[in-house]
Amino acid sequence: MSARPITPLAALVRRAASLLIVHAILIAGAVFILLPFVWMLITSIKSPSEIFSATFTLWPRHFNAAQNYGFALEKVPLLRFALNGVIVCAGILVVQVLVAVPCAYALAKLTFPGRSVLLALVLLGLCIPIQVPALPLYMGLADLGLLNTYFAIMMPFFLSVFAIFLFRQFFKGYPDEIIHAARLDGMSEFEIVWRIVVPSAWPAIAAFAVFSIVAHWNDLYWPLIVVSDTNLATPPLGMMFFADAETGSNYGALTAAATVLTAPLVIAFLVARRRFIEGITMTGIK
Amino acid sequence: MTAPRRTRDRQRLIETLAGYGFAMPAFVLLLLTNIVPLLVLLYLSFTNYQLGALDWHFLGLDNFRKALGDPVLRRSLTNTFVYVAIVLPGAVGLALLVAVLLHRRKRTRAIYEVIYFLPVTSTLIAMATVWQFILHPKLGPVNGVLKALGFGEVAFLSEPSLVLPTLAAIGIWQLIGFNMVLFLAGLSAIPRDLYEAAEIDGCHSGVDRFLTITWPLLGPTTMFVIVTTSITAFKVFDTVAVMTRGGPMGSSEVLLYAIYLEGYQYFHMGYAAALTLIFLAFVLVFSILQTIVLERRVHYA
Repeated sequence: MSARPITPLAALVRRAASLLIVHAILIAGAVFILLPFVWMLITSIKSPSEIFSATFTLWPRHFNAAQNYGFALEKVPLLRFALNGVIVCAGILVVQVLVAVPCAYALAKLTFPGRSVLLALVLLGLCIPIQVPALPLYMGLADLGLLNTYFAIMMPFFLSVFAIFLFRQFFKGYPDEIIHAARLDGMSEFEIVWRIVVPSAWPAIAAFAVFSIVAHWNDLYWPLIVVSDTNLATPPLGMMFFADAETGSNYGALTAAATVLTAPLVIAFLVARRRFIEGITMTGIK
Repeated sequence: MTAPRRTRDRQRLIETLAGYGFAMPAFVLLLLTNIVPLLVLLYLSFTNYQLGALDWHFLGLDNFRKALGDPVLRRSLTNTFVYVAIVLPGAVGLALLVAVLLHRRKRTRAIYEVIYFLPVTSTLIAMATVWQFILHPKLGPVNGVLKALGFGEVAFLSEPSLVLPTLAAIGIWQLIGFNMVLFLAGLSAIPRDLYEAAEIDGCHSGVDRFLTITWPLLGPTTMFVIVTTSITAFKVFDTVAVMTRGGPMGSSEVLLYAIYLEGYQYFHMGYAAALTLIFLAFVLVFSILQTIVLERRVHYA
């Protein structure tokens, strides 16, 4: 078959056909991926009569966006959920970085007895998902009367063994000569970490920040356990409360709420596409 | 002779002190959020403690014995494995297909990448609510299309035999983009001239090229993707909690949801602890593999 000479026309036809097949498959997949997003946006601006009508339409004939979004914002504290999401994500991220950076530096650049034990514990910690310590942590927090607090939502995530692991890999590549020179200049180890090493680790910290924020904005399991107060609900939990309260009756408002709570991260993703994809996949484990 | 030695000793002392000081906050938190809870969990699993109970006692291995014969646990384990068995080939295979097709595209690659990655960043709970609506027997567009094509109404989420495949399809929907990016990274590491060499050796069709070069060289990436996908799929919880609550009649009750009910709804702490340890045993197999691969991957990167 390969011995037969290929005419330019046949080659062109073959190329066009293969392009057609490739894009047909990719577009079919894209439709499957985009379906819920498109349906969410369309439903959120439809009127109830159209949502419940037997003949289904793609594009709404009557726009009901103001009522749907107005109802969603008025009926449940949607913006409060989003604010809670911001508070929780920011609190977790700040503590994670403050705790992980010095530990990672110690593991990467300092020699001290017990270092390998600590490293082994960190690697072991990588293998334990939150659902495992959740039960004792819940009992402890309940005992201390700390359920339904921001602290309870954030506390299990203050230590990110993954951040330690990631930063350690990054710090190991930092040249020792610069650290020695800084020591000779009389800088303390504390200053070396925060004023010399950390600024150079910005890409790793940014990647981790994306990973951490996406994970905790979207986390349901832990907030569901420790929060029953609507005012403290994070976006997924708020969505769940709303869906429960509105069981199936007001899809326009429900999809409007889903849009509002999904929008922040999706918009951030569209703006910083590269950074997001790198951050989530480079740190691609949990 | 003594002066450099003294500075060396001094440096060693400083490093030891700084090392302990720097590691201390992390170590304390590791104790508080991982190690102590793990020990407490282990202890709880040998008791019949219920939250708030004053009277409870040591049971030895009774909880685990009970778990072995517990039909609810057996059902939720089976359901979890069925879910993993659908999601794993779907999310890995389709992501690989998309990545291979996208890899050579120049102008359109970015737009497809954004689309396929969208579910990874979006809030799954919100999207699950939307899926529920899309799959609604009366109001959803999927049934609308099915009916227009002359098929009968399909109750995706309330038909016991359909609910797990439906949830798995949503799991695949969420994971394709993530796996695709990992595969794309793996593909770009394969040297171009290998394909040219294969072309000279008589590999003309895309399938030939894929089987002789892409598939073998993508091995480590595929391994990593399979492991992470297995872990994620095994931890399925969100879609079950929002869309089905384990129903209809327990046909979508998965392991984490069963643990959630035992521990945080019925407050059977002892039994829930035992179930959690069973959960951990399964996850550990995968995640130890993952950590080993990750260590190696980062070293070579």
